[in-house]
Amino acid sequence: MAELTYRNAVAHGIAQEMRRDPNLVMLGEDIAGAGGVFKTTVGLLDEFGPERVRDTPISEQAILGAAMGAAMTGIPVIAEIMFSDFIAVCFDLLANEIAKSRYMTAGQVSIPIVVRTANGGGSRFGAQHSQSVENWVMMIPGLKVVAPSTPLDVVGLMAASVRDPDPVVFLEHKSLMADKQDVPDGEIVDELGVARVVREGSDCTIAALALMVPRALEAAARLEDQGISAEVIDVRTLVPLDTQAILGSVTKTSRLFTVEENPRLCGWGAEIASIVSDEVFWDLDGPVVRITTPHIPLPAAEALEDMAIPSVDLVTETITKRMG
Amino acid sequence: MTTQIRDEGLYDYALREPRLPEPENRDNDRLDIPIDTRLEMYETQQLLRQFEKRAYDLFMQNLVKGTSHLSLGQEAIATGFARAQRDGDYTFATYRGHAHTLARGADPGAVLAELLGRENGILKGKGGSMHLTSVEHGMMGSYAIIGAQLTIANGAAWSAQMRGSGQVAVCFFGDGTTNIGAFHEALNMAAIWRLPVVFVCENNLWMEYTPIDLITAVPNPAADRAAAYGLESIIVDGNDADAVYETAARVIDRARRGDGPSLVEAHTYREQGHSRADPAKYRPPSEVEAWKARDPIPMYHERLLRLGVPEGDLSAIQQDVARRVDEATEFAKSGAHPGEEHLMTDVWADGGSAWRN
Repeated sequence: MAELTYRNAVAHGIAQEMRRDPNLVMLGEDIAGAGGVFKTTVGLLDEFGPERVRDTPISEQAILGAAMGAAMTGIPVIAEIMFSDFIAVCFDLLANEIAKSRYMTAGQVSIPIVVRTANGGGSRFGAQHSQSVENWVMMIPGLKVVAPSTPLDVVGLMAASVRDPDPVVFLEHKSLMADKQDVPDGEIVDELGVARVVREGSDCTIAALALMVPRALEAAARLEDQGISAEVIDVRTLVPLDTQAILGSVTKTSRLFTVEENPRLCGWGAEIASIVSDEVFWDLDGPVVRITTPHIPLPAAEALEDMAIPSVDLVTETITKRMG
Repeated sequence: MTTQIRDEGLYDYALREPRLPEPENRDNDRLDIPIDTRLEMYETQQLLRQFEKRAYDLFMQNLVKGTSHLSLGQEAIATGFARAQRDGDYTFATYRGHAHTLARGADPGAVLAELLGRENGILKGKGGSMHLTSVEHGMMGSYAIIGAQLTIANGAAWSAQMRGSGQVAVCFFGDGTTNIGAFHEALNMAAIWRLPVVFVCENNLWMEYTPIDLITAVPNPAADRAAAYGLESIIVDGNDADAVYETAARVIDRARRGDGPSLVEAHTYREQGHSRADPAKYRPPSEVEAWKARDPIPMYHERLLRLGVPEGDLSAIQQDVARRVDEATEFAKSGAHPGEEHLMTDVWADGGSAWRN
């Protein structure tokens, strides 16, 4: 058992998999010599050497293209896109090539890659280095999407992502990097497509992802003081989506709130709201309510960014009001 | 052919000075290429030519849907490179990829069936003309978004380098590709990692409907950029299969030896429009005529006659290819339209498409 930060857990999870599979390689900007701009890859160059841990130019298309070409010819790859906002400059590779090649070739091509990227706000980086882009990738058929909220999940879901034969986008949250947790010794392998009930409750369900999970948990604690028993689900992976966990919880509590860091339109919670209203509508005692960042670019100023991203106060107040 | 002047009168490219081909280099008759190799390349060029003509005929019969981009006039490039590659080497192509797929040995019937959207197509009808792939022949895909395939070819070359397999990746693209960012990202990465990859620009002078020289900062869109990546500037007559083969063998060998990537610019001309929808009326008629007079296949035919191959041998090859293309056509037409069982398969490695439980 060792206490790991979220950022250390990234390197821990990668190292576990690179020791297991001598073919596994990684590439990205500043990942080797510098250990990553978020220090998530510290120590990997020393242990695995420059052939397996490669610094690249600022060339996001070349990074993902190299990852794809290597993966389809027998070398599994972990590729880092430094900030998830930069997915926009290599979206062709991700959306058109990596995601679709298996289908377009009737299964001739296999692309076992993990695209790691630092996602989300709270760092006062402004509109181009703070976005929550999970919906950008969730909407593309052929991509799996993972967003862990704890160090233990980082390790286990990293292993599951690396071992998955399909392309996985792995979203590491910038504002969770310093979070700490005891992580057991030995190999840790989790499973994609499995959500987790992180707090049981009976009056309403709160579905949250990544940074919104600890906020939802704190809100649930406050709601308990007000006599509202909230169940909190960490969605963990958006594709595959564990709809059964959410539907099961909603069937029990009869209310659903989603807490999403993404801007309003087409957030993952909209898809869950659609599924819930379609499949368990008659179990609901009230409308599904989405708590999201407003539909704006994220501002840089501390005061403004804190207003924009759903806070514990906002989650608590919204649920209190809508449950009233 | 009449020249249409548009009302706005600004961009009638058909009125521009024609860009004429260099004359044939007859010295290439004496290149040290065995006659058997040359006969194989004659046969391949015949196959690519007759296949593309058949594909065009099948468009006109409305049996090929969607769009399609033919390589008529550009066959010598696919032929020369494929002949210089070894089994196991990789090929990456663009949406104009029928020729490259066939040149690596894929079955013409399965390729034609794919164009017809049939179940017996090489991709079961799921990819179509622009995504032809045959991994078993080293044909690692046809990519329809300009530039991506250069970065992906790097990855295959990187993989070969790490595995020490000796494989070389050859990546084709058009002149228009040289102006997109991925081209430059890929060349830089290939150079710094000394990847065993060969980039081949098929410069047919037209970026879709626009003259490439009008929209490019340098006269030779690929070769003039080679120096920026520490590479040799290489231009080859893309309408001479022997010249292409000689250059291909040299740069592929260089890559295989571990001496890094090359960038080759092959000058050629597409004898038809950009795609099925394009009648190509925007080109100066004298330009089209001059390049048709430099058609790679009659030129190669004449060379083989000069080298002593009897006309009867060449016509026998032509007829044999014609028979194969007829058989391919029958095979393609006989295929069923793919059934519903194919719609939801092969999104994931488990064969399915489930995104939720």
